[in-house]
Amino acid sequence: MAEAGTASIAPDGAGVVVAGDWTLDHVAALMRAAASLKRRTGADTAIDASGVRRLDTAGASVLLELAGGDLQRVHALDSASQALLLAVAEAQAQVTPVATRSEAGLLSSIITIGAALDTFWRDAIALVGFIGLILAAGARTLLRPQRWRVTSTFFHIEHTGFNALPIVALLCFLVGAVVAFLGATVLKEFGASVYTVELVGYSFLREFGVLLTAIMVAGRSGSAFTAQIGSMKAREEIDAIRTLGLQPVEVLVMPRVLALLVSMPILTLVGMLAGILGGAAVCALALDISPMMFWTRLHETVPVTHFWVGMSKAPVFAFLIAAIGCLEGFKVAGSAESVGAHTTSSVVQSIFVVILVDALAAVFFMEIDL
Amino acid sequence: MNANAPAIRIRGLRNQFGAQVVHENLDLEVQRGEIIGVVGGSGSGKSVLLRSIIGLGHPAAGEVEVFGQDVLGASDAERALIERRCGVLFQNGALFSSLSVAENIGVPMVEHHGLDKAIVARLAALKIALVGLPQDAGVKFPAQLSGGMVKRAALARALALDPDILFLDEPTSGLDPIGAGAFDQLILTLRESLGLTVFLITHDLDTLYTICDRVAVLAQKRILVADTLEVVEKFDDPWVQDYFQGPRGRAAQRATGAAKDTRIHAPTGQ
Repeated sequence: MAEAGTASIAPDGAGVVVAGDWTLDHVAALMRAAASLKRRTGADTAIDASGVRRLDTAGASVLLELAGGDLQRVHALDSASQALLLAVAEAQAQVTPVATRSEAGLLSSIITIGAALDTFWRDAIALVGFIGLILAAGARTLLRPQRWRVTSTFFHIEHTGFNALPIVALLCFLVGAVVAFLGATVLKEFGASVYTVELVGYSFLREFGVLLTAIMVAGRSGSAFTAQIGSMKAREEIDAIRTLGLQPVEVLVMPRVLALLVSMPILTLVGMLAGILGGAAVCALALDISPMMFWTRLHETVPVTHFWVGMSKAPVFAFLIAAIGCLEGFKVAGSAESVGAHTTSSVVQSIFVVILVDALAAVFFMEIDL
Repeated sequence: MNANAPAIRIRGLRNQFGAQVVHENLDLEVQRGEIIGVVGGSGSGKSVLLRSIIGLGHPAAGEVEVFGQDVLGASDAERALIERRCGVLFQNGALFSSLSVAENIGVPMVEHHGLDKAIVARLAALKIALVGLPQDAGVKFPAQLSGGMVKRAALARALALDPDILFLDEPTSGLDPIGAGAFDQLILTLRESLGLTVFLITHDLDTLYTICDRVAVLAQKRILVADTLEVVEKFDDPWVQDYFQGPRGRAAQRATGAAKDTRIHAPTGQ
């Protein structure tokens, strides 16, 4: 149905003849033809366009280039196409090349590194500032029960805590089983398989229970906080909250922080139990340590201090995850892409900070002999 | 495709969501080269009608033809051909937020024609100028644009493939009167020069009076009347009377009464 557009020198050599469909479909070929014709013809050669069947803006722009921007050179175009050509000529006159700046290789990578360090520093400052805001808002509302957002807090407890129970329990159970298998394999060499009980007990009460839970919560709830607050920010809902005389930190952040402060310790407890259960299952099936024996030995050899050390970290992690998740949400600017970028950043930052704080805590607890 | 078929022909269209019937036995015909304005109360199903025509909705019954080609029964390949002849300006622009304006305009060109970067950049710059955006708008992202610029950028994307029909969903909503007036003129200019058929949904009475050849009133689940403004204004229906004879309607009539006499008439296709 379409007949490709052509441009050629007239048989009598007196001008240029253009014909066929001058449309977007053929624009690449037309541009090549026009460029080569332009070199071979003079600047005032007439262009006979009587054979043009269809013309669109892309074709018109090529035709205009062929004519060197001079509409008078194009003859015998039908009136509608003439109007189109005129409109395109007017628009084309406003097109100016926009300069784009690009830096050379080494320099640009140094700039990137500098910008990344700067961002890291600013993020850290912003986080500290935001934690201050949360604490201030907490202090303000603590003494005024009428300003507690009870419904919202319980809603978030359900979503971040209750709904996360199965996945946290399953994850910890499986890692508990893996730790027990590892222990059994290594300790067998020394004929000390029974120490698998201590291995599982120490690791889950002190570290793994709370750490695995925190990673799960960061991925599950921290990211949700960022996405929720971020899309509210993108749709100006945060600004609406402000103009209604409310504090976004009080309305949006406090319930989420409080909810995680309640959920995390419970999830951690469940995580610890599930991990130990996983270890006990492996001991029973692979090492002939009966659950009863496992329990007795755990009770005798693992001091309860380790449980408290693990548990004490849960609210700290909860606070950090909630703060980072909400802060990243507030950093969202405008677009859907920004929501995605900040959600990713929220999860990465939360997990990084949780592991960093965990490492520092390990050193701290060792120094004070706990 | 039939060369003489009307641009759009709808017969017995029925749309429903669950038990709620939005359209019932709706008929409408749009001629080539005309600008038709569709008006109706909020929730009367104007956008649903638009979605049915461009193939985004799935009507429960009825026929929709675009250039004589059945849209509902079309194969994927046929539908792709129809879609390339339709440009759509969504209510909120629907620009891709992760792409710059020039890239937004370039998307259909790259996807459908596989054109190389230089040509796409050149054509995108042309479209940007054509819709009256400043040249530096091309490198900006949608989040950096004002409401009026978003509408213009979205129009430039709708025009990327040089469509034969342009669908506009409330193009002037959210624009200031000067911006809205300029947008109306822009659509008139583009219709004259590109030979477009324009299907326009609007609440803006000034737009109706300034640019529409015909107005279709969508009420009571069907098109009550589709004719020139002079006829529609006098149509005997309480809603239509309220709409056109209310204070805003009369103001718009007065304001554009003079302008209408000097209005340019559409060339019939290109």
